[in-house]
Amino acid sequence: MKTISQFLAFVKKEFYHIFRDTRTMLIIIGIPVIQILIIGFAISTEVKNVKIAVYDPSNDISTQKIINRLSSSDHFLFVQHLKSTEEVEGVFKKGKIGMAIIFGSNFNEHLLHTGEASVQLIADATDPNQGLVATVYASSIIADYQQELMQALEIPIQIIPEIRMLYNPEMRSAYNFVPGLMGMIFMLICAMMTSVAIVREKETGTMEVLLTSPVKPIYIIISKMVPYFIISWFIFIIILLMSVFVLKVPVSGSLLWLNVFTLIFIVVALSLGLFISTMVNTQVAAILFSGMGLIMPVMIFSGFIFPIESMPKILQYFSCIIPARWFISGARKLMIEDVEVRYVLKEMFILTGMAIGILVVSLKNFKTRLE
Amino acid sequence: MSIVIETQELTKKFGAFTAVDHISFSVEKGEIFGFLGANGAGKTTAMRMLCGLSKPTSGKGFVAGYNIEKESEMVKKNIGYMSQKFSLYEDLKVWENIRLYAGIYGVDGKLIPRKTDETLSKIGLSGEKNSMVKELPLGWKQKLAFSVAILHEPRIVFLDEPTGGVDPITRRQFWEMIYEATERGITVFVTTHYMDEAEYCSRVSIMVDGRIDALDTPHNLRTQFSAQNMDEVFRRLARKAKRMDT
Repeated sequence: MKTISQFLAFVKKEFYHIFRDTRTMLIIIGIPVIQILIIGFAISTEVKNVKIAVYDPSNDISTQKIINRLSSSDHFLFVQHLKSTEEVEGVFKKGKIGMAIIFGSNFNEHLLHTGEASVQLIADATDPNQGLVATVYASSIIADYQQELMQALEIPIQIIPEIRMLYNPEMRSAYNFVPGLMGMIFMLICAMMTSVAIVREKETGTMEVLLTSPVKPIYIIISKMVPYFIISWFIFIIILLMSVFVLKVPVSGSLLWLNVFTLIFIVVALSLGLFISTMVNTQVAAILFSGMGLIMPVMIFSGFIFPIESMPKILQYFSCIIPARWFISGARKLMIEDVEVRYVLKEMFILTGMAIGILVVSLKNFKTRLE
Repeated sequence: MSIVIETQELTKKFGAFTAVDHISFSVEKGEIFGFLGANGAGKTTAMRMLCGLSKPTSGKGFVAGYNIEKESEMVKKNIGYMSQKFSLYEDLKVWENIRLYAGIYGVDGKLIPRKTDETLSKIGLSGEKNSMVKELPLGWKQKLAFSVAILHEPRIVFLDEPTGGVDPITRRQFWEMIYEATERGITVFVTTHYMDEAEYCSRVSIMVDGRIDALDTPHNLRTQFSAQNMDEVFRRLARKAKRMDT
């Protein structure tokens, strides 16, 4: 009983520390919200004025009508006619266009006689979202034309748009940003804040007093982690709500498992923070360590920004020790791809293992270091 | 009189450096035991071992009858500690600090409000109950920190340079508080830099280069070194020190 009330007294104190430090509070709550909003604008699905170039060897009534419709929509801006298909790569590389439209020869004739004609849409998918949306818009404009023509001719015809994505064939959708961002935010809040909170007590000298008290070090540590754990969960819920209602990212998977999975990752991040706090003695060092040692690798090696698959092999192996890599991959599956939980068991086991490993090492370190 | 602190050849080494070099002494119940020494003489290290913050390299120590190495949990239950650095939480209110430490030392929850009021009125800070600790002047903070350190009625309280940077009047009041605590049977183990404070102690030990070079009542020490005051005693001994001031 006594230990529980001792423990609760500690947790309460930690909450006071957090809530009274307005700067910290702003960081904790503000950063996730702002980042989500910024990224929300970045993945805005509104695509306008995509520059297009056309290769039209047929130059007949159908192709002209299609080109006219594309050009007259807000989404596209006609830039130039191409003389041959060889020119396509060149104009893309010069950055002149965002999409190329390649008609087959004798387009109209094919359409009327065989009822089928094909058009190739080649999009620059460096920005995957824009590339995808552009092809979707173009396809629907073409489909509209096909529909009208069919009604006029009263014979079945079909224009088959053949879509190719240049530069980013995997189409890493910007939806991936949400899990990636969560990975980063939790590293920031859990790891950085926990390490700073513990190191601060070392700096001010209160840690010494706590350690001369009968309270076991493990309680001191856990009571430091509890508030950040709760706050992180709260932030996770904010991010989820914002993703669904502001960014319209579909959260299609099991909410229960998504929560469980995220909480495991939060524990990993908290233990990393604890680990850092056993290594350093000043708050500045704690911030540097968690900034350079945790947040940078998360951005670079977790697959948040740069696809892991396209990294050199050695960096791919290195990315395996970055917890956020597994979190992002699992969260993506659970949130966006809506897979059953058994497909993320691997990620879950790895993260749980990491949490236990780091926790054990840092608890051992914590005791000896303060001597 | 019963002995509450006893050390036998207590030693702490950091690598090749011997911070505390085979010190043996004992402190009796109700004493004010002054622990003097230049910076780097090993005072704080010795005190940290007695408080269970640091493990001795060799030798033995007993605090409140418990072995500091093997029974540090029991030691911690029986001591209060006031560190060199300010040991309260600046961003907590005065009463919240008291409540926290009372909770840590397992003071009965129902008694805490009464204890808080008693403590505060004793040191004349009743009006500051709801102030943030960071708003208090240093002297008040130190008085508060001392009250908090003895809140749970420990058998021994360890004070590590409690009056550093405090004005003379507040220092005087602080020592009155220390006397008051010893009247209640609390043994006080105090390190200090102020030689006038050394005169207030029942007995004084002077550490030089990790060893205890002198240990007696202030009166006897003055006679032994045929000195006018403790300051002279201290300077005579400290002059022998080979260690650099750290």
